[in-house]
Amino acid sequence: MQLDVLDQELMCSGHVGCPGCGATIAMRFFLKTLGEKTVMVLPACCWSVIAGPYPQSTLKIPVIHTAFETGGATATGVRAALDMLGDTETTVVTWAGDGGTFDIGFQALSGAVERNEDFIYVCYDNEAYMNTGIQRSSSTPYGAWTTTTPGTHWKHLRKKNIVEALVAHRIPYAATANIAFPEDLVRKARKAKSIKGSRFLHIFASCPTGWRIPSEMSIKIARMAVQTNIFPLYEVEDGVRYTINYKPREYLVREYFKLQGRFRHLTDQDLDAIQEMVNEDWQLLLRKAGEHA
Amino acid sequence: MMRRVLEGSHAVAEAVRLARVQVISAYPITPQTHIVEILSDYCASGKMNARFLRVESEHSCLAALIGAQSTGVRTFTATSSQGLALMHELLHWASGARLPIVMAEVNRALAPGWNIWTDQSDSLAQRDTGWMQFYCEDAQEVLDTMLMAYRLAEMVNLPAMVVLDAFFLSHTYEPVDVPGQEEVDRFLPAYAPGFRLDTAHPFALSPLVAPNAYMEMRYEIAAAMEDVLEKLDSVEGEFAGIFGRRYGAVEAVRCEDADIVLVTSGTVTSTARILLEELRAKGEKVGILKIKMFRPFPVEAIRRALAGAKKIAVVDRNFSFGATGIFAQEVRAAVCNVPEHPPVFGFIAGLGGRDITTGVLASMIEQTKTAEAPPAESIWIGLTEAAYATGRS
Repeated sequence: MQLDVLDQELMCSGHVGCPGCGATIAMRFFLKTLGEKTVMVLPACCWSVIAGPYPQSTLKIPVIHTAFETGGATATGVRAALDMLGDTETTVVTWAGDGGTFDIGFQALSGAVERNEDFIYVCYDNEAYMNTGIQRSSSTPYGAWTTTTPGTHWKHLRKKNIVEALVAHRIPYAATANIAFPEDLVRKARKAKSIKGSRFLHIFASCPTGWRIPSEMSIKIARMAVQTNIFPLYEVEDGVRYTINYKPREYLVREYFKLQGRFRHLTDQDLDAIQEMVNEDWQLLLRKAGEHA
Repeated sequence: MMRRVLEGSHAVAEAVRLARVQVISAYPITPQTHIVEILSDYCASGKMNARFLRVESEHSCLAALIGAQSTGVRTFTATSSQGLALMHELLHWASGARLPIVMAEVNRALAPGWNIWTDQSDSLAQRDTGWMQFYCEDAQEVLDTMLMAYRLAEMVNLPAMVVLDAFFLSHTYEPVDVPGQEEVDRFLPAYAPGFRLDTAHPFALSPLVAPNAYMEMRYEIAAAMEDVLEKLDSVEGEFAGIFGRRYGAVEAVRCEDADIVLVTSGTVTSTARILLEELRAKGEKVGILKIKMFRPFPVEAIRRALAGAKKIAVVDRNFSFGATGIFAQEVRAAVCNVPEHPPVFGFIAGLGGRDITTGVLASMIEQTKTAEAPPAESIWIGLTEAAYATGRS
């Protein structure tokens, strides 16, 4: 692995994340790239806990913890104040989970990027409300068990496509990234840092606790999400220029699903249907990128 | 100093300009809009060196100010009614995070039914959120109180709400002394935050707090609120030294020899002053206690002012369902531990912007005078007979 950012460490060991937590890996690589001139807005999410209780902090940058639905708005205020104080060098980052992004925080996020606020919004996506004990969010994928989609009431609805929602705002930069592809993640974080205006990074961050997988499978599962085309790696500039960063499909959906307890109840028929959905979404993405299968 | 004819809303805007606020955020709601329209124009024209954040909701508005104030700048917003209710979660956040944000709150009724007129239920419902609250009587008091609110808020690291009645104050033009910038700068120096988000000195603001420390943090807020009672006097003294005006946490008008004291807040006080002249001319021993500062609640000052009264009549332009008017509750709580304290009559009037005339106030005093003891419940003034029959059947 060729990474030139490994020396810088802005996240301390001794955090209180679960073993194998994808969100901690995402933070570590992201902060290595952003550097110490970063202020982080942290709405309620797993990271509100992972960052440690008062008077400790896992992060060696200034952090403002804030209410669940305020990621976009709080960052707006921090940026405005830094500008008023003449500090244009510091990067403002909102670091939120999928609940704080897709659901309760969506209004503030949409408002902030419509105003093209100058900040990076990172959503680390573990596909449910994991901090409160695995409740479904609008990021929870079709087919998944959660504590609020139990038994036969597993989620029969598709995952919200948050990147396309952001792209519809015509923001300067939106991209997906994944903890199993650190070079790609670091490149995108660096690119986001270099751009002015609203930037959105959607980072796939596996959750062994909520996905019912062994902690040592965290990276493998995250990688498979890309290799099945379930979570494609791509970026969109100015809401129109699509680039797909990873193409070969190496696994079928069922191979990814069978490794995770949260999908254990699905029948062959369900898995076929989900494969169809994934194929359809992939074709749609290819068309947007001006490519054909 | 310049004497100008201003709306109450404009008096707020002038104070914000003179306070050299650096970040303003607001979401439009009648009757707050005149305040932010002017400020928006001041920011656009360069009359103020400030950033105006045009957010997509009141909730985001206060979140943005929490972000800005935490980064080390002076901030302002204005709202009303539903907007304040939407901010509720973050009102707690602002005080818990010890941020001296100042807000103008234009008292307006809560829906349903939709009603844009004055009513104190919106701000009084926020009494437990850790914000100072000041209820103003006229446009001059609004301007002056805004400036003093910044001083106090920044001294104790708590947010402050300056409250003005919808339309009766927000949209009424009055002559106002607008101070010069140099005088204001002398009274209100540039904001010097005690802490801020700074990459040179990184730390985490408002993190997870376990039971071992949470209670102490709450106690510190309580202590800071207590501190305001003392600080108000010195801040008002300094203000009076420069501008020649002071108001007090409460104002007692002819209470020394009064048999009945009418307790008021906001613009109703002006109406009461006129009635007081009429009644005193007839030899009736009536006084007024205007409560300006509601949080912290000035218990000692209220006890002193009411010490000689035989009966107390409280005007509430609000109601706490299942209980009574809120000012009456607080006044009762303030005097109940004073031996031989006077009985407290609670009157509800003027909800949703209905006029509180001198006649309405006179009927309160008359009822207080003739009744031997106050009923447990509030006395609603001016209900139509039909409504009254329905409610009490």
